[in-house]
Amino acid sequence: MAPAITATDLTKKYGDAVAVDAVSFEVREGECFGFLGPNGAGKTTTMKMIYGFSPVTSGSLHVLGLDIRTRARDVKALTGICPQEDNLDPDFTVRKNLVVYCRYFGIAPAEAAKRADELLDFVALREKSDAPVMSLSGGMKRRLVLARALLNRPRMLILDEPTTGLDPQARHVLWEKVRDLKRQGVTILLTTHYMEEATQLCDRLVIMDKAKILVCGPPQELIAKHSKPTVVEVWNPPPEAVEWIKARNLECEKVADKLFVSPEAGDAFQRELEGRFKLDQVIVRRGTLEDVFLRLTGRDLRE
Amino acid sequence: MSAFSRVLCVWRRNLDVYMVTWKVNFLPPLLEPMFYLLAFGAGLGGFVKVVPYSGGEVSYTAFIAPGMVGISIMFQSFFECTYGSYIRMYYQKTFDAIIATPLSIEEVITGELLWGGTKAFISVAIMSLVVRAFGYMKFPDLLALPFLAFVCGLFFAGVGMCYTSIAPSIDSFNYPIFLFITPMSLFGGTYFPIEGLPGWAQKVAIFMPLTHVTEMTRAIAFGRWDAALAIRAVVFVAAALLAVRAAVLLMRRRLVV
Ligand SMILES: Nc1ncnc2c1ncn2[C@@H]1O[C@H](COP(=O)(O)OP(=O)(O)OP(=O)(O)O)[C@@H](O)[C@H]1O
Ligand SMILES: [Mg+2]
Repeated sequence: MAPAITATDLTKKYGDAVAVDAVSFEVREGECFGFLGPNGAGKTTTMKMIYGFSPVTSGSLHVLGLDIRTRARDVKALTGICPQEDNLDPDFTVRKNLVVYCRYFGIAPAEAAKRADELLDFVALREKSDAPVMSLSGGMKRRLVLARALLNRPRMLILDEPTTGLDPQARHVLWEKVRDLKRQGVTILLTTHYMEEATQLCDRLVIMDKAKILVCGPPQELIAKHSKPTVVEVWNPPPEAVEWIKARNLECEKVADKLFVSPEAGDAFQRELEGRFKLDQVIVRRGTLEDVFLRLTGRDLRE
Repeated sequence: MSAFSRVLCVWRRNLDVYMVTWKVNFLPPLLEPMFYLLAFGAGLGGFVKVVPYSGGEVSYTAFIAPGMVGISIMFQSFFECTYGSYIRMYYQKTFDAIIATPLSIEEVITGELLWGGTKAFISVAIMSLVVRAFGYMKFPDLLALPFLAFVCGLFFAGVGMCYTSIAPSIDSFNYPIFLFITPMSLFGGTYFPIEGLPGWAQKVAIFMPLTHVTEMTRAIAFGRWDAALAIRAVVFVAAALLAVRAAVLLMRRRLVV
């Protein structure tokens, strides 16, 4: 199958500032592809180039087989977009938002009404049909944005941090919707700061930092390659404990007040540590995407 | 979808918002002329009985009625494409939402400008009926006023949008309003003939677009369908097209980064 997106040396500059620096990647038709990275890494900028919102500075970018430089209008007709910042129309009610948005795609009024109702059901906002957008909670707004993105029955869906600010229930519901759409064959691009979300939803993902792509692959593969199978977290370790761990030549890293250690046998290590230093805040767990993320992008907070 | 129907989608969006609160929106063009005609006709008109106009004399109220129409054309369209468009662009991100669909930024801005002209059309249509009810202006001449309002409104909308494209903040609209809009509304042949101004000020007034708009509204109000009116109308059509073009290019420069 032809790839949904092919980017080669894709670059975006705002004046002299490089927001995306010669990245290359391929998204397959029908997969859920993730973009992870710290704030300012260039994820949103990459998305904006993909749907033709922001012009490409250099490199080549083909979306759904079309050159974005010349065919942006056609790409936009085939794409649904949930932007990072909500931009629902505050002048209209919930349902009217959808109906008016349909017009921009040239969808006839009768069909628009049908799709609006269908999608209000899909995102469980039917009872809010006549409510002003301003009266919705943050999570409801996010859901309405998703519904709006689906009005044109898109082949590709761009979700820029769709679950930021959602409660756990709402997040699980949204994940379910995304899986649903994937089953229907929609290609999905997802940006998120929730590593669990990326692990659960993405077939493959990239981790970006400072305008570049650091790694690309399926989440489990990245975890296997870039993190340890077992990770022990120690809260507020006393200096003697740190000395003792270091003396055993174990790989360890300190983040804020937490120490991350990767021993061979986690449980034994935990027992020994707790016994020796009277610690009770030691946790053993498996390596996660978060470990990969923190290891590759550095653990300290940047501006 | 044709380019025109895409532009019309944006225009329709603004019309829909306007119609949600149409009762409130129809009130100003209904009441404003009543207040004006009462204050100036019954009030000031008692002291200033007649004003010289085109070689003869007309009553003061008959003189300012078309002036009031001219001011309304300018205010309606200029405010719509400065404050109105800026709020949609900057605070509501309405333009961002629309250009994520097959519409382009050029089409969005053109739709906004058409809406600016339409605001002038609606306002003047209501106003001229009120003025007619007071016995000033007559049919069928006054039917031309809303169309004139649309063309001149498109011009002021375009000029306003050009400023919007460089406006650093919403407060900065005070500059064009106090430097251009307010002086024009006072000295553009609206409340008194520009011949009443000192010589140098008359020369300035000649270069103010509103002076020529009120010349046209007044000519129509008094049924003077002459060559001057035709020439001014043609110039305004050209100026409106030019302003639209400039506004679209400038807004593109601001929004496509
Ligand atoms: N319109 C703009 N003008 C100038 N610089 C911009 C603009 N938009 C983004 N940038 C810069 O480009 C860089 C990448 O921004 P981008 O929004 O793509 O980051 P991001 O990875 O989406 O971050 P976040 O996780 O915070 O959403 C940042 O340094 C940002 O300051
Ligand atoms: Mg972002």
